[in-house]
Amino acid sequence: MALIPETAKQTIELRVNGLPRSVLVRPMERLLDVLRHELGLTGAKEGCGEGECGSCSVLLDGQLVNSCLVPIAQAHGSSVLTIEGLTADKRLHPLQQAFLSCNGAQCGICTPGMILAAVHLLNKHPEPTLAEIREGLSGNLCRCTGYSQIFEAIRQAANPGASE
Amino acid sequence: MRADPSHYELVAPQNLEAVLALMDREPGAWTPIAGGTDLMVLYAAGKLPACKLVSIWNLPELRQIEVLPEEIRMGAGCTYTDLRTNDIIAREFPLLASAAAWTGGIANQNRGTVGGNIVNASPAADSLPALLVYEASLTLVSARGERKLPYGQFHQAYKRHALQPGELIRTIRLPRRFSGYFSYARKVGARRAQAIAKVCIAALGKVEGGKIVDARIALGSVAPVPLRLGDTEEALLGKNPERELATLAAQTVARQIQPIDDIRSTVRYRTAVAANLVAEFVEALGSQAGRE
Repeated sequence: MALIPETAKQTIELRVNGLPRSVLVRPMERLLDVLRHELGLTGAKEGCGEGECGSCSVLLDGQLVNSCLVPIAQAHGSSVLTIEGLTADKRLHPLQQAFLSCNGAQCGICTPGMILAAVHLLNKHPEPTLAEIREGLSGNLCRCTGYSQIFEAIRQAANPGASE
Repeated sequence: MRADPSHYELVAPQNLEAVLALMDREPGAWTPIAGGTDLMVLYAAGKLPACKLVSIWNLPELRQIEVLPEEIRMGAGCTYTDLRTNDIIAREFPLLASAAAWTGGIANQNRGTVGGNIVNASPAADSLPALLVYEASLTLVSARGERKLPYGQFHQAYKRHALQPGELIRTIRLPRRFSGYFSYARKVGARRAQAIAKVCIAALGKVEGGKIVDARIALGSVAPVPLRLGDTEEALLGKNPERELATLAAQTVARQIQPIDDIRSTVRYRTAVAANLVAEFVEALGSQAGRE
C-alpha cells in the first residue's frame, strides 16, 4: 500500500499541559502516540484504538476528544490537557480526590479518560444531573466498577457539601 | 495490522481555497479528512486506502451555521456538538438535534462532522434520515465553482455518491418550513450509548381537519443507502391517523426496504422493527393530533 515515498517528519508545535512543546513527527502520527512515545505522557491509554472506549480521552483546545482519532498535524498550534496536567502543585484535583474517596477506580485503565470526560462535563455543567453525568461519560467504558461509584465521584466533586 | 504513518501524507491548508486548489491539481488523489471519526478508525486498522489526505478540520468557511429567513445553512464541517448547541436547530429541526445527540459519545460529537457523515455514507448513520425528511439540499464546491444538489439525490448505491473528483460538500441547507410538524425519531440499537443503529427512523407529519396532509418518513440501516419511504408516505395522505392506518402503513414497509443480516442484526428483525416504527409514528401522529 506504500504508494508514496516515505513521508518526511515535520515539526509540530503545541501546548501540552500549559507548556510549549515541539515534536518532530510524521503528520499522520496519532496524538495518542505522540503524547505517550514522544512526550512520555502515558496517562492517556490505548484501549480500543477506534474511538469507542474513551480511555485515550484528552482535552484538545478545551474539547473532549479521543486522542487515538486525532492525527497530530491537526493538533498543530493547539492546547492539549492530559491527566498529568490536572495536578497542580502535586495536589490532587478535586475529581481525582473524589474518585479515590468513592472507589471510582479499580484497574485504572479507564480512569484518566473518565476524569478528563468529567472535567469537560463540569466545565459545561458545573452542577450536572445524573442524566447529564451519564451522558457526559457515555463514551467512556469501564469494565470494573459498574459505573455507580464513578457517577457518585463526579457528583461529589461537583457538589462537595452534599451528602449521598 | 496497524497502518504505518510513514506511508501517509497529511497536509492542513489554512483555508478552503487552498484545499480546493490542491484537490484540483491532482483530481481524485487527495482525500479530505475532517474530525477523523471514520477515517482514523480505518487507518488504525490498516484499511485506509487513501495515502494522501488533506485536512478540512476546523476550516472557518465550513464551520458556520447561517440563519436566513427561508433556510438555515450549515457548513459541512459543523460538528454534532455544533448542531446540538444551536437554538434554531433545537427548535425547528428537532429530528436533527436528537440524531446529533445519539451519534457516538461526547468526544465523537466534538469531532464528527455532518458533512463527513454524509460523505462516509453509512446506511446506519443517525443523522441522514433526518436530513432526508427535512428536504436538505447540498452546495458542492470545487476549484471550478459551486453546484447545488438535493440531498435525496446524493447517495447512489452503497458507499457511492455524487461527488466528483476535486469536489467537497460546502453547505447543507435546510428549508425552515417544518416547525409546525409533528416529529418522531427512534433509534433501535443494542444500548443507548455508543451503539450503531439496528434500525433508525426520522419522520414528520402534519394533520389538518383530522386528515394527514403531509408525511415524510426515512429509515436508516434497512437498505444500501438512507431510505425515504415514498410509497408509505403516499398511502398516508388524506387518511385519518388511526390504528387501522398504522397497520396498513406497516404493511407497505417491507416492500420498500432491503435490509441485510450483519453483525448488528438480521433481515427478519430489521423488517419487523422497521414496520413497527412506522406504525408507531402513525399512531403517535394520531394521538398528537387528537390532543390539539
